[in-house]
Amino acid sequence: MHRVYLDNNATTPVLPEVFQAMRPYFDERFGNASSIHHHGQETRAAVEDARESVAKLLCCAASAIVFTSGGTESDNLAIAGWVTAGDHVITSSIEHHAVLHACKHLEKTGCEVTILPVDGRGLIDPGDVRRALRRNTKLISVMMANNETGVLQPVEEIGKIAAEANVLFHTDAVQAAAKVPIDARQIGCHALSISGHKIHAPQGVGALFVKKGTRIQPLFHGGRHERQRRAGTENVPGIVGLGKAAQFAKESRDRGDEKRMSAMRDRLEQGILAHVEDVTVNGQGAARVPNTTNLRFNHIEGESLVIALDLKGLAVSTGAACSSGAIEPSHVLIAMGLRPDQARASIRFSLGKQTTDADIDVALSLVPESVARLRELSPTYKKQAVGT
Amino acid sequence: MLNASADCRMTAETKLEARSKKLTTNTIAVAMSGGVDSSTVAAMLRAEGHNVVGLTMQLWNQRRLAGHEGMPESVQGRCCSLDDVYDARRVAQQIGIPYYVVNHEERFERDVVRPFVEEYLSGRTPIPCSLCNNHLKFDQLLIVAQQIGADRVATGHYARVTYDDARARWLLKRPADHSKDQTYFLFGLTQDQLSRTLFPLGDMTKPQVRELAAKCGLAIAEKPDSQEICFVPGGDYKRFIDAYLAEQGESLPDTAGDLVTTSGEVIGEHNGIHNFTVGQRKGLGVATGSPLYVIQISGANKQVIVGGDENLYSRTLRTKRVNLISVADLSEPMRVAVKIRHRHEPAPALIERAGDEEILVTFDEPQRAVTPGQAAVFYDSDVVVGGGWIV
Repeated sequence: MHRVYLDNNATTPVLPEVFQAMRPYFDERFGNASSIHHHGQETRAAVEDARESVAKLLCCAASAIVFTSGGTESDNLAIAGWVTAGDHVITSSIEHHAVLHACKHLEKTGCEVTILPVDGRGLIDPGDVRRALRRNTKLISVMMANNETGVLQPVEEIGKIAAEANVLFHTDAVQAAAKVPIDARQIGCHALSISGHKIHAPQGVGALFVKKGTRIQPLFHGGRHERQRRAGTENVPGIVGLGKAAQFAKESRDRGDEKRMSAMRDRLEQGILAHVEDVTVNGQGAARVPNTTNLRFNHIEGESLVIALDLKGLAVSTGAACSSGAIEPSHVLIAMGLRPDQARASIRFSLGKQTTDADIDVALSLVPESVARLRELSPTYKKQAVGT
Repeated sequence: MLNASADCRMTAETKLEARSKKLTTNTIAVAMSGGVDSSTVAAMLRAEGHNVVGLTMQLWNQRRLAGHEGMPESVQGRCCSLDDVYDARRVAQQIGIPYYVVNHEERFERDVVRPFVEEYLSGRTPIPCSLCNNHLKFDQLLIVAQQIGADRVATGHYARVTYDDARARWLLKRPADHSKDQTYFLFGLTQDQLSRTLFPLGDMTKPQVRELAAKCGLAIAEKPDSQEICFVPGGDYKRFIDAYLAEQGESLPDTAGDLVTTSGEVIGEHNGIHNFTVGQRKGLGVATGSPLYVIQISGANKQVIVGGDENLYSRTLRTKRVNLISVADLSEPMRVAVKIRHRHEPAPALIERAGDEEILVTFDEPQRAVTPGQAAVFYDSDVVVGGGWIV
């Protein structure tokens, strides 16, 4: 079966160039980057090259980059590395669980947490951030782009508010990286998380930008790796892959590739809107990253649509998988004011650098017929059809 | 390994003929629980060459009630436990079929858990498995199956479905292995549901199923059978009701009242009607010369009526919300055998319409402990005529 993958916000394939760059670091160049001999020097150089290319992608100094195991660790390091009992944290209701659950854990250890709402477009109001500030506010953590809807948040305004209030600001840029330009200085953040496997590097590697002069408490205790911010032998092949993917992302952006990406996304979105009745774009009216569209097909179970499409070879997603693998309605869409049945009727399509026009054609041929079949069997859709 | 799968296929092929009428389409959804029975069904159908999709219904989150009202911090129940989902997924991977977990927690709570709690609080003894079959497994799951392009659902129930040309009806029959008979829980199936359901284990005994599972190399071949109500950990339904109501922010209604003898004499008090089941002997809290049993529970005046063993026998019962399977209607009285609980040997009886809604059952010999809330299922030899809920 020919399979089309439109779930790149979940993970992306490692690009061939990235894979090629990583290969020697499994066997030929296997040294521990902390060793003083030739082998160690060889891998140390590769790690520092990767650090520079990640720094270029984020417009920051190489020394500000800490390599981690991924987005979740980066988020946790930024939050647990700064906040202690008695501190207050401001975050939002649409954050990734890596941020939300880390903050909820802090609450149990004697911290105060304010979770800000979003409007119907999925946007945080910077005014809400300002109003939530308290005397003991230590950290604001607001994401740059949402993983479900792709909606871009007003992080620069929030950065200014943080600076005025002399509060630390972390942004989870996992879904923004390689999709929109990121300038850590312009955002005014003290920490910024990215993940390797969302930008065509492998799973199991990520990075946290930590602004120079900002001390952070490490999560792990051990050796003095990563300027004492992250103990543990570096994942050299992963880091090399992240560096290569960052370099590729920067070059691709300089070429203006995201215009091509957003054109394909728009063709998909417009095509579905034109051929299927009663569809709504979640996050409509807000600026979005170029690769994501989240569509609500009223009166269907998104879970069934995802399975039906998967059996026909198209991979998309809905909601969040719980530990069993069952789907729960997306907390992001619920926060945007959708009813649980509307959230469950929503499907996310997310494109990657490997996505082609032919992939979009496949999606455009499969989605309308599958939605029609589901609606034919939907008791609520029939009821509505009879009623109108 | 080659031999094992050949064995698996041969045994499966012998079952083919019986079901050939139904096997007109290719894709079959198998309801997989992670147990031996449904895993073997998936492996058999796969070996027969069908397109098989494995589905597990996520119905209840065991962790929900952990720590509530006398529930342990870590609740170990069977229903939808991560271990069972893990087992089902591993079987699907092993036999090479796509596998999905579908979330029906809301529906399960509304149609099974709530009614279960409410039935006990009204003095009846519910059967959640039948509710789950009627509202989830053979309703929601059939819809999901159709939506994803599978016209049939196969389950690991021990029962048989055949089409009877003479009557032009789908029939539900007892399985070859009467000791595993699950037709009692399946009496609510409609003709449409039966026409789209496969019970591939109907002609097999449990030891044969385990043997086939082992031949197919399934790791769960030796997994013990589940017995208890899946969402009630340890079978303690009273503790479950307390914990569920506490979680819902509701208080347990006061259903305490009098213990009354069959002659109307008040001999003590009880702590709530939901703690009792008809036929129960232990836990009445009164000492008398001869053994006392619960004869009747009166929800209206919160009375628990007790008496001697001889008072437990009744010759008649009435059922409502009746579903008929082998016959379109019951226009005249019919001789059948009636089963009044899962572990009851069907007893000869006459069934007849009593008004529009109800069926009256008159046994040849009085039956012990007829329990409101349980089902009465009517059999004509191995054929399920229908059934209803005892009022």
